[in-house]
Order: sequence, then structure tokens, then C-alpha cells
Amino acid sequence: MTHLGHYPEGSRHLLMGNEAIVRGALEAGVRMAAGYPGTPSSEIIENLAAISKDPSLHLYVEWSVNEKVALEVASSASFAGLKTMAVMKQPGLNVAADYLLHLSGSGVRGAMVLVSADDPGALSSVNEGETRHYAKLMEIPLLEPGDFQEAKDMTRWAFELSDAIRNVVLVRTVTRLSHASGTVIMGRVPENDKQAFFKHDGFIIDPNEGVVMSPPVEYKHGEQHRKLKQAESLFENSPFNTYTGPDTPELLIITSSICSLYSREAVHMLGLESRVGILKIGTTYPLPRQLMKKHMAACDRIFFVEEVLPFLEEEVKIIAAECAADIGVKTFFGKKNGSLPMVGEMNPDKVIAALSKIMDTAMPQRDAAYAARAGAVAFGGSPHREATFCPGCPHRASFFTLNTALSMDNRNGFVCGDIGCYSMGVLPAGFSTLKTLHAMGSGTGVASGFGKLSKFGMDQPVLSVCGDSTFFHSAMPPLVNAIHNSSDMTLVVLDNSGTAMTGFQPHPGIERDAMGDTAATIDIPAVCRAMGAEVRVCDPFDLHHSRETLLELIGRKGVSVLVLKQGCALSPEKKSSRRYDMRVDETICAGESCGCNRMCTRVFACPGLVWDKEKTKARIDDVTCAGCGFCADICPRGAIVKKEVA
Amino acid sequence: MNAVTLNVDPYNLIITGVGGQGNVMTSRAVGNMLSQLGLHVTIGETFGASQRGGSVMSHLRISKTASWSPQIPLGGAHMIVSMEPTETLRVLKDYGHPGVRVITNTRPFYPVGVISGQLSYPKDEEIRAWITELSEKAWFLNATEQAVALGNPVLGNVIMAGALAGTGELPLERGIFEAIMTTRFSGEKLRMNMDAYDFGVAHVAG
Ligand code: SF4
Ligand code: SF4
Repeated sequence: MTHLGHYPEGSRHLLMGNEAIVRGALEAGVRMAAGYPGTPSSEIIENLAAISKDPSLHLYVEWSVNEKVALEVASSASFAGLKTMAVMKQPGLNVAADYLLHLSGSGVRGAMVLVSADDPGALSSVNEGETRHYAKLMEIPLLEPGDFQEAKDMTRWAFELSDAIRNVVLVRTVTRLSHASGTVIMGRVPENDKQAFFKHDGFIIDPNEGVVMSPPVEYKHGEQHRKLKQAESLFENSPFNTYTGPDTPELLIITSSICSLYSREAVHMLGLESRVGILKIGTTYPLPRQLMKKHMAACDRIFFVEEVLPFLEEEVKIIAAECAADIGVKTFFGKKNGSLPMVGEMNPDKVIAALSKIMDTAMPQRDAAYAARAGAVAFGGSPHREATFCPGCPHRASFFTLNTALSMDNRNGFVCGDIGCYSMGVLPAGFSTLKTLHAMGSGTGVASGFGKLSKFGMDQPVLSVCGDSTFFHSAMPPLVNAIHNSSDMTLVVLDNSGTAMTGFQPHPGIERDAMGDTAATIDIPAVCRAMGAEVRVCDPFDLHHSRETLLELIGRKGVSVLVLKQGCALSPEKKSSRRYDMRVDETICAGESCGCNRMCTRVFACPGLVWDKEKTKARIDDVTCAGCGFCADICPRGAIVKKEVA
Repeated sequence: MNAVTLNVDPYNLIITGVGGQGNVMTSRAVGNMLSQLGLHVTIGETFGASQRGGSVMSHLRISKTASWSPQIPLGGAHMIVSMEPTETLRVLKDYGHPGVRVITNTRPFYPVGVISGQLSYPKDEEIRAWITELSEKAWFLNATEQAVALGNPVLGNVIMAGALAGTGELPLERGIFEAIMTTRFSGEKLRMNMDAYDFGVAHVAG
């Protein structure tokens, strides 16, 4: 089978940004890659894992338990002289940051690249975090590819740079690059069978044979700065920094990443090619000072186009201030002066609007009558598509159980949420059950604290939820914390056997690893019991048993854990099989006059259960229903009938 | 390469539908066909909620000279290929203009709000009238029904790709499509894909 690693040198392929990053790493000769799944970064490790068995590539690829561990695992290969890569989404970089500070201080041996993916506009996240400040904080170089070809070429070059300066190099991508596709011309994938060996017997501060650590701090920190200076001087002549436009433009756009394409589009749409120049920066930190100075000397008005935070803007302003005597005083436009919004993702329209205002040129106007008419038609004609759980999703059942148990308990109990598909539990799709929503594992940490507030008179039951992957990622320490500190809380583990949200990557609870080999599994109920929690395991599709068990647990003091175990509806094993044939008995369903206020379709609202407007009765949609059988339990009259599939 | 012509440069194509219908497949197939002619193709898309019945959209920018941004400016679509009728209306609202052309699958995919009886879904005739009014030229076909007849609803995407080729708006060649499909399928599966493609071409040509 031909794959990403086999495309011949010089051939042209349409690659997703994440695939281009993979190809760049292969062309650099990467040997190890580790990461934790998170949109929009997941396809990088996924693609590497898919080809990891190819003997010509010599790869070890793993999904690590969390991002900090991924960075630690990946760094080991570097210490043993191999080329290595760690991959994560931006919130994961926060998790890995503790180790990164140490690693950047100790330096590396084999080339090491850290890829972090931002999600401007939070298209598939609960915040819009920024990677670039980490480069400054950790004092390591940062590269930002501006298109698909660069995603490949810059990843490859990032390894060369790391090799030259012997430190980690950070590569930042964004959703619109990682998940978009474009034409890429392939380079060469080298033959390589380098052996791993960790030299550790040399003089203690020897960078090649000594101890790998950040002390003695003054010496190592000084080395780190020298490396950063070395990177800056390489950046001065980098082909990844390009200028297009007149010699003395009226306005200089300074931009990076995918925003460089929006800038080009805006200049083109407004016909400003002869008046506005675009300086596209690929080597964002540390900025090449001489290059910046040269371009700023040619123009007094500067416009920054970037997302998420005004990072380029602030870095360039520092250089401008320091060089003011040589290059004169500049006027700046960007996020800081309100030319572009501080929040949300960028797009061509925002840049066009800002540019037309700065340059005082008319914007191409959309046909107003058409836009108004199309708006009116869509308003009435395209019903909103609300996000919801899939038909047969165990989370819908679990939240229904949690929600109804808390109402029955009647003490105003609440659930602290966490990150995964089940974050939708804040929405009507999950009966608005979740009342806090923060980082991976935070639901249980917050609940651990809430569970101590009885001292101040709080008598509400405290619950938290987390998925199976999240449990291993970061819910175990707060659970230990709650048990040790005698908190009163119940953790509900929504165990759907995989990292469903990002596409079923394996985790420590699953008997298969990233490369497809058999793996040892860690049993969640056994771990919780060993910690000292009161543990129960139920099938979330059994409403009555799950609810009774939950009511019992929230009535207790101390820490309890309920594991609701049922595979995700989309899991490869489940997708084509159904457990029950379902139907609504029309003679029993009382329709509008039932008094249940259409519990089944209005409240529970599984897409497999349809409200038949003509008959005013519920009906099973056979094409959509996944046959989980749960809805049979929610109808107070027993009108929904399930029959085991033979 | 020089023999290839585009009516406009960049040509902006939107392929839309509902998560799970397989749009990503269509945009990849079309993008690959054009890329093989030496054209610069950029496909912008977001996944995330795409498995879960939400609206999904791919933006294709096709150019002889350069890579364009993965987002088409408002009012800037030249062609909309839609797997779901009310999604066509949603896309026209932001990216339509009087000169836009549209190919729509007429089979509805109901949102949860409609299923649960909270929202209503417009009638087929209404949708057709609106789309016709808001476009320069519109083609309608029940690709899902035809795909089911051919043996698999997923083939609806191939029918839509064929229909796009049939309009002659873009230099899409049957031979290139067949070559791409041959790398993935053989035998009966390959034949089904080619039949679906040919059905699409014939439908709009007729
Ligand atoms: S059995 Fe009921 S709850 Fe389960 S998928 Fe079918 S309609 Fe939905
Ligand atoms: S199926 Fe049951 S819950 Fe739904 S309307 Fe009929 S009686 Fe009420």
C-alpha cells in the first residue's frame, strides 16, 4: 500500500496540514513520536501510528497518558541520540509546560520538535489558548508555517534547527492549517537505522555525555540564551520569512501562519498590490531583528494580522522602540488599537474590512437586496442543527440518570463537568446537568473542594464526571486528593471504552496500543477501590439499576465512584450491530394527553425517537435508532417496547 | 497545465451537508482530481462536531497561480454542491450572490429540533423555489435515493461529484476520477462508484 511515507520525491499531493507535518517529520528522519489526542492535532500521531509498522521507516509511536508524559517519553529518544517529536493541542501544552521548562534548560541531544496546535475561535475547544507565548516563556525558538508546503518544509527544518542549537524547537499550527488541505511537493525520506544509546558517564556538565538536567542553572541558562541568539541569526536569512509588495509601501502588513493567506486575499480583493506590502514571518520567536528593522525602515505605517493574542505585535513593537532612533516613529494598527478584534478566529472578511478602513479604500459590496433576501429565506427555511449526542450514545442515558437522580434526591445537588464528548452535558442535549466545565480532570478537583464545604453549611450533594481517557489523563490525582482529605463527593466515570471525541485512540484501559499491538490494561474500578473509594459498576442503559445505585452513593459520606460502562455508539465494534428492535405501541402511547409532556421526544430527544406530528404519537425511526433499548425505560406508560435481536 | 482553463481564478466551490454524510470524501475526491491537473487547490474544512449531526462545509479554492486561503470571503462562492436541501439555504445566506450556481441533493436530513417536534422543516417545493430564486442556475437530484438503489447511501457523494463534473464548470475528467478510484477499489465496488459518477454526470447534462 502506498502511504505518506512512500510518496516519491518530487511528486505532488493534496495533503491535510497535519499530514504535511507528518511528511516533514519523516523527511527529517524522525524515529519516535508521542502525543495525547486533541483537536486539531490528533491526525499527526494517528497518521504516524498507521504507518509505524512499515519496517523501512523505523518508527516508535505512542499515545501517551497525557501531554506531559508524551513530552517526557519523546525526550528520552533525544537523550539517546534519536530524532523525536511530541504532539499536542494547546491546552495540552499547559499540561506539559512543567517539564518543558526543565527540558529547555537541560537542552537536547538528538533533534527534538514539539508541535502544538491552537484552535482560534474555539471551533472544537472550550477556550482559545495561545501557544506562541510559551516560546518566550521557555526561551526556545518558534516556527509558524503559513501554508501546506511550509507545514512540511518547516517541520523538516525544525529538526535541523534543533540539531544545530541542541534545544527543543516549537512549531505552532492552527485549526485552519491542520485541518485544511493543499498541494504539497514531496522531498526525500532518508534511509536511517540509527541505534539508540544513552551516554551518561561523562563529565557532569558535558552536553553529550553528562547528566541531562537544567543545573547548574547559571551556566545552563546562559547556554540556552546563546542557543536562542544562534537561532535568531539563522532566522535573519530564513527563506520562511518572505516579503511581497513595493519597495516603499504605504502600509506594511506583518503577519504569520494562516493569517498570511487572509492578508494576501485582502490585498488582492482591494486591489492594493502596488501600495501595501506583506511581510510574512515564519520564524516568529526570536524575531530576526535586522530583517524587521530593514522592513520597518521602509514604511511608517504597520498593520499586524494574527490570531489569537497580539504576540507579533508586541514583539515587533519592542524592536521598533529600541530602533526608533534609526528607523523613526511608526504608527501601528492591529488588535491593540481595535483594527482587528481581540477574540475569535480571523478570516478574509475581517482583514478586508480592517484594511479598507486603514487605507481608506472602498470595500467590494455584496448585493444588499440579495443578502437580505437570502438571510430571510435561511432564517425561516433552514432549521437550526443543535449539537447532540449520537443515537444510542451512552452519555445521553447517563445524563438522564444523573439528572433524574438529583431531582429525586431533591437537595439541589450538582455535577462538575470535564472535557470530552460529554462536555455537551452543559447543553439541553445532556439535560443541562453539568454546572462547571474547565480543564481535563478539573471536574474532580473542583468537586474535591466542594466536598469540604459542609464546614460552611453547604449540604448539596457534590458529583463530578469524567471519561475513561480523562480518568487516566488527570482525574486520578484529584481523586486521591479527595479520598485523603476526607471530601464528600461522587465521581461518575463515563466509561465508553475509548477516546471517542477525537476518533477512538487507545488509552491505558484498552487492550491495544497506538501501533496496534496488544497492551496491558488498567482496570478503573480496581484502581479506585485500591485508592479507598466505595466503587460500583453499572450499565448506563439500565436506568433503574444505575439510578438506584447513584442515589445510594450520593447518600453516603466520603468518596464514592460509579463507573457507567457502555461502549460509544460510534465505536467500530458497535456501529453496525444493534441490541434491540424497538417500536412504540400506538395503543399505549397517549400522545399529547399523556401528562408526561412528551418525556420521550421533547426531553430525552434521542434522534432515533421521532414525534409524529400527524398521529401525535412517538415513533421509532428505524434508520436512525441504534437499538440501545434505553428509551423503553423512560416512558412512564411502557409504550416503548424493546425486543432482543436474535 | 496551460491547456487547463478556469472561468474565474480562484474558482470558489463550497461542498456542504451534515456531519456523517461523507462530505469530506467528496471534497477530497474533487480536490485530488483538480490537483492532478497541476492546479493549486486549497480545501478548508473543520471537523470537530462533524460526526454529530451538525452542519459541515468545505471551502475549495481552485487556482492556476497560487494557494488561496482556506476560507472563501462572504458572498464569494461560484458553485455550491449540497448534500442536504436546507444546508444549501444556510450556505446561500453567507456565500451566495445572484451569479452563484447550485447542485442540491433533495433528500432531507432532519435536525434534532425537527425530530422532537420543536422546529419545522420546509416543504420540498418551497426549498426548490427559494434555491432557484437565489441562484443563477440550479440543479436538483435525489442523490441519496439513487445511491441506495445503487447499493450504498455513501455513493450519494460520488453522484454529487459526477453532477459537478457534468455541469462543465470545472475541468473534472472521468479518466482521472477512475484512476483515483482504482487505487482504492476494485471489482464490483469500483463499478458501483463509476456508475454513481456517470449517473451524476448524466443527470445534470440531461
Ligand atoms: S433504542 Fe431508543 S434511545 Fe436507543 S437509539 Fe433507539 S431510539 Fe434512541
Ligand atoms: S411514548 Fe411514552 S413518554 Fe412518549 S408520549 Fe407516549 S406515553 Fe408519553
